[in-house]
Amino acid sequence: MNTFNAAEFNASLVYAWPEIFLGLAACVILMLDLALKDTQKSWTGILAIASLIVTALLASSHPVSTRILALGGLFELDRMAQILKVVTLLTVAVVFVYSNEYLRRRGILKGEYFVLGLFAALGIMVLISAANLITLYLGLELMSLCLYAMVAFDRESGTAAESAIKFFVLGSLASGTLLYGMSIVYGVTGSLQLSEIAIALHGGLAANVGVLFGLAFIIVGVGFKFGAVPFHMWIPDVYEGSPTCVTLFIGSAPKIAAFALAMRLLPEAMAFSQPDWSQMLVVLAVLSIGVGNVVAIAQTNLKRMLAYSTISHVGYILLGILAGTGQGYAAAMFYTITYVIVATGSFGMILLMSRQGFEADKIDDYKGLAIRSPWFAGMMAILMFSLAGLPPFIGFWAKFGVVQAVLGIGYTWLAVTAVLFSVVGAFFYLRIVKVMLFDDPLDHSVIGGSALMRTLLSANALLAFGLGVLPGGLLALCQQALM
Amino acid sequence: MFPTILFFVFSAVLISAALGVILVRNPVHSALLLVLCFFNSAVIWILLDAEFLGIVLVLVYVGAVMVLFLFVVMMLDVNLEEFRSGLTDYWPLAAAVAGFVVFAIINVIVVKHLGGASLRSAPALAEGYSNTRALGTVLFTRYAYAAEIASTILLVASVAAIVLTLRRRPGGKLQNIAQQVAVRARDRVRIVKMTAEKRP
Repeated sequence: MNTFNAAEFNASLVYAWPEIFLGLAACVILMLDLALKDTQKSWTGILAIASLIVTALLASSHPVSTRILALGGLFELDRMAQILKVVTLLTVAVVFVYSNEYLRRRGILKGEYFVLGLFAALGIMVLISAANLITLYLGLELMSLCLYAMVAFDRESGTAAESAIKFFVLGSLASGTLLYGMSIVYGVTGSLQLSEIAIALHGGLAANVGVLFGLAFIIVGVGFKFGAVPFHMWIPDVYEGSPTCVTLFIGSAPKIAAFALAMRLLPEAMAFSQPDWSQMLVVLAVLSIGVGNVVAIAQTNLKRMLAYSTISHVGYILLGILAGTGQGYAAAMFYTITYVIVATGSFGMILLMSRQGFEADKIDDYKGLAIRSPWFAGMMAILMFSLAGLPPFIGFWAKFGVVQAVLGIGYTWLAVTAVLFSVVGAFFYLRIVKVMLFDDPLDHSVIGGSALMRTLLSANALLAFGLGVLPGGLLALCQQALM
Repeated sequence: MFPTILFFVFSAVLISAALGVILVRNPVHSALLLVLCFFNSAVIWILLDAEFLGIVLVLVYVGAVMVLFLFVVMMLDVNLEEFRSGLTDYWPLAAAVAGFVVFAIINVIVVKHLGGASLRSAPALAEGYSNTRALGTVLFTRYAYAAEIASTILLVASVAAIVLTLRRRPGGKLQNIAQQVAVRARDRVRIVKMTAEKRP
C-alpha cells in the first residue's frame, strides 16, 4: 500500500463528493455568516439545512453494491456507510430545524452553532467511511471538538460551562485511551489499515496478548464514546447541563458515529478476536441495561431521565454487536437508526415545550399536557411507547431484533436479562404518559413553535409509529448492508 | 553501542522528569519539567534518525505550547491547598484502581511477552535519506485525505476558540484601528496663535 497513484487518487475523489461538498459548504457558510446582521442569523440555519440536504442527495445518488476503497486506501464506501451517512445528514438537518427557535429565544442564535454542527456532521461522515485507524480517529476528533464547543455555547450559563469541561476532560481521556489501544494494535500487527489488521489477526496474531491488551483499551474508548456503563458518568451531567438544542444534537447523530466506530474497529478490523471482545461487551451491555433502566426511575428531570434511557439503549445496541453475527450487526444498526429517530423526537418535544426563561425539562412540566394540547400529548406518548419498546411501535422491533440475535448465539440468560430490564424501564416511560394524561396542568400557556417545527415534529413521531407498523423496509436495508 | 548508552541516559531522564511533572507541588516547576520531558523525547527521536519530528517537537511544544502553558499557569490564581483538600478523600480508591492497572500492564508486558510485527528491527537508511522529504511526500500524497481532515480540525479549533471567548460588551474600550491610522495632526494638536506678552 505504499505506492501512490495520483490518477487513481483523483479518479476516486468522486466517492468522497458528499464529504468534500459538506466541508466546502461549511467553510462558505462560515464566511457568509460574517456578512449577516444578528437579526438575520436564521439564514445561516437555512443555508446549513439546505447544504445538509444536498449532501444527503449526493451521498445517496449512486448505488453502492460492493465495498469501495478510495483516496489511497483511507476511505471506504459500503452500503452500511451510505445508509448511515444519509441518516446522519437528515438527522442533523432536523435537529437544526428544531434548534432555530430555541436559540433565538435564549439570545444565542449565532451562525457558529450551525457551522460547528456542519463540521460535526462532516466528522461523523469521515468516521463512518474510515478504512484506516488514522481517518477513524481524525473523524472522531473532528466530531468531538465541535460537540465540546457546542455544549459551552451558551456563555451566560454556568452549568453549561461546567458540563462542557466535564465532557471535554472525559472525552479527551476516552480519545487518549482509544489512541493508546490503537497504537498497541498497530505495534503488534504492523498496519493502520483496517483490512490489513484483519489479515494479520487471521494470520495467527489473534491469540497474541498484545492484541488483547490493545483491544481492552479500544473497548474502553468505544464504551466512553457510546456512554456505556461503567464509562457513562459524563452522559447525565452533559445532557442536563447543555442547552436543550445541544443535548438534542449530542443525543442523536453522534450515536450513529459511536455505532460506526464500533463496527469499523470490532467486526471489521478485529473479527478474529470476536470471542474476546464479545466477552467484554457482554459486561458493558448488562451493566448499561441494568443501571440505565433502574437509575432512570429516580429522575425528576426529563433530560436526565432521557440520558439514563440513552445509557440503557446503548446496552441494547451493544447486545446486537456482541452477537458477532450478520443478523446481530443488522439488528444493532436497525436499533441505532430507530433510536436516533425516536431520541430526536423526544428532545425535540422538550424544545417545543420550552419558552422564554422556561426550560420544560422537569417531568412535572408535562402534567396535563393532554388538556393543553391533545395532539402533542399523543405524539409524546408515541415517542415514549416507542422508547419503552411496546408493540406496535418502532422500539419494539428494534428490541426484538437484538434479543433474537442474542438468542441466536445461545445466550439465553442475556436475552432474559435484557427483556426483564426493559419491563423495569417501561415504568418510567409510562409515568410520563400517565403524567400527561391524568394529572392536572400546572400552567395553561399556549405551546409555541413554528409551523415547520410542529409539522416536522409530528412527522418525526408519526414515523416512529409508521415504521413500527411497517418495519420491513428499514429492516431489509439494514440486512442488505450487513448480512 | 554509544547510541544505546545515549538512549538509556535520555530515557532515564525522560522518565524521571515525567514522574516529576505529576509529583512536584509547584505547577510552574511541573510545567518546566514537562519541557525537559519534551526535550528528551526529541533527543530520542533524533537518535532514531527522525530528526524532523525531533525538531518539530522542540519548536512546537517547547517553543509555543509550553510557553503558553506557563503563561496560563502563572496568570491563574489557583489556591492549591483548597484544590487538593477534596482530592485526598478519594486516594484509597484511586490507589486501588491505579495499582490494578499497573499490575495488569506489568503482567502483560513482562510475564506474557508482548510479541508482534513491530519486533523487526528497522532497515538501515540509505545515504542522503531525508525524512523531512519522505514525510512531506507521504503526507501530501497517500495521506492527503487525512491531512485535509486534520486541517479541518484546526479550523474548527480556531472557530470554537473565537466563539467561546469573543465578547462584545457595551462600553468596552476597543481600539478602532482604521480611525487611529486615519488620524490627522490637526485632530490632535491645536495650535493657538497669540501675541507675545511682556512679563509683568
